[in-house]
Amino acid sequence: MTTLIHKAIAAPRSRRLPPRTRHALWAYLFIAPLLLYFVVWIALPVLAAFALSFTNYDTAHAAWVGLSNYRAALTRPEVRQALVNTIQFGVELIPLNMAIALGLALLVDRQLRGIALFRTAYYLPVLTSLVVAGIVWTALYDLRTGPINALLRLVGLPPQQWLKDPALALHAVVLVRVWKGVGYNMMVFLAGLQTIPQTLYEAAMIDGANAWQRFRHVTWPMLRPTTFYIFVLACISAFQVFGEIYVMTKGGPAGATKTLIYLIYEQAFQYTNMGYASALAFVLFLIVGALAIFNLVWLSRRVDYER
Amino acid sequence: MIAAASLPTARAWLRGLALYLTLIAIACVLVLPFYWMIATAFKTSAEIYAPQLVWVPSTLTLDNFRKALAAAPFGLYARNTLLVAGVITATTLFFCALAGYAFGRMRFWGRETLFTLLILAMVLPGEVTLIPRFLIARHFPLFGGNNLLGQGGTGLIDSFAGIILPQLMSVFGVFLLRQFFRTLPNDLEDAARIDGASEWGIFWRVMLPLAKPALATLGIFTFTGIWDEFVWPLVILNDPEKYMVQLGLSVFFSEHAVDWGPLMAASTLISVPVILVFLVGQRFIVKGIATTGLKG
Repeated sequence: MTTLIHKAIAAPRSRRLPPRTRHALWAYLFIAPLLLYFVVWIALPVLAAFALSFTNYDTAHAAWVGLSNYRAALTRPEVRQALVNTIQFGVELIPLNMAIALGLALLVDRQLRGIALFRTAYYLPVLTSLVVAGIVWTALYDLRTGPINALLRLVGLPPQQWLKDPALALHAVVLVRVWKGVGYNMMVFLAGLQTIPQTLYEAAMIDGANAWQRFRHVTWPMLRPTTFYIFVLACISAFQVFGEIYVMTKGGPAGATKTLIYLIYEQAFQYTNMGYASALAFVLFLIVGALAIFNLVWLSRRVDYER
Repeated sequence: MIAAASLPTARAWLRGLALYLTLIAIACVLVLPFYWMIATAFKTSAEIYAPQLVWVPSTLTLDNFRKALAAAPFGLYARNTLLVAGVITATTLFFCALAGYAFGRMRFWGRETLFTLLILAMVLPGEVTLIPRFLIARHFPLFGGNNLLGQGGTGLIDSFAGIILPQLMSVFGVFLLRQFFRTLPNDLEDAARIDGASEWGIFWRVMLPLAKPALATLGIFTFTGIWDEFVWPLVILNDPEKYMVQLGLSVFFSEHAVDWGPLMAASTLISVPVILVFLVGQRFIVKGIATTGLKG
């Protein structure tokens, strides 16, 4: 009753707009902060990065230099080196991370006393920050006081300068990422495993399928969307490795761990070559974008096809 | 009869034992860096630098914590970070809920196009726009002595606003909450509409209380994300009085290179809040990973 009276009073004001329009106006009001945020901190920066990449902006002066930043990006050996490092990082990190994460997920996907404790323990590395992970692993890799070299000595192998040897540094940093990353992907795989209907396994058992056959013909195909999702995110994040490199090696030794992101940071904020760094950032953007589109178009078609 | 029955039991028992041993061995490897951090934090420096590696400290000392706190104001860094993370978590929850609700449950022209644009932005690596975001922060109008055109001052550089404004909300948060709001049934909304509730009333009094689990998930992700944030503070903050924990720790590391005791003590202290938040909110985190991971 009161609402009816309330409505009658409010009527003259609201009669001007049909309910559907009013509803839409409210919706625009609800997304207005997001749109403002999006324009200022996402859209504008992308456009600005594009514009800057054609200048020699160094925080004091800016002049139009055409394509020369891009020419430099394509010809300078430091860029090629950084690109090779980035790709090697991804090629080592992604398969290793995904294989271990899937293995762990299969291992902890069972009803067992105390299994929650193991899941938590495996997830624990995810909770460290990049800076803490970088510092702790630097301590683990330490030549004299670190346990990794102590274990090597124990089995009679010579200790290594993990982070100071150009042949080892990149692998050493990859290992930190693997350690820090598998727990998260394990959880995603686990969530995926738990959506697979138990009846499929029962049917496979009745058909006499062994454990490997059940994995190959039930788990693996059913898990494809999850695997695909993890792979796409892993590809994108492999290009964004910065924190642990900044903390552990500063891109060294001899540029062995200088990835594209690190080169961009160095050029922009240490040498204030903002224009050149923006061109590099755009090259990175194009690579990641191409990779994401390739993944979405090619792999998602395969995901649907195999279902 | 008895022998036939006990053979499979013995085999099952052995298999269980092997499983547990595997689980424990993997746990040891993955937890070792944590153990090393904490053990070193409590070791005496004689044991840290002993020629023969000390796995288990013989005496526990708080010296390293004392040294770390005397060498750098980690309490101040923690307060700065709590302030910034608290504000960002609150604004992120509010603005992402508004937008996530609109995208998930309201009908308006351009909704799908805008949402696709958002998804694309989520794939964009933040580092690509690091430079222009820094420049926008520096030339932010009417902040830090800047005029309306963003000239004359330092803008958002060296201010907490410089950390907060670019992270006022997140596209990820909008996505997460949109996924959640879409799963809610229509009945409650319809009932509220018949009762004459306004659009705001439906959102604020009916839908938002139902979204508490999703909000908890987003809140935990946001808070721990800001606590662990490193790159943006590195770019924006020069004044040690304004440092956030990760930046403070990294500067401390560069100044005390292999002084492992205090370094591990500081690392331990800084890791504790995130681990506590995880242990308390574990179920929300697992749910969040499942939601974004599978329906994405």
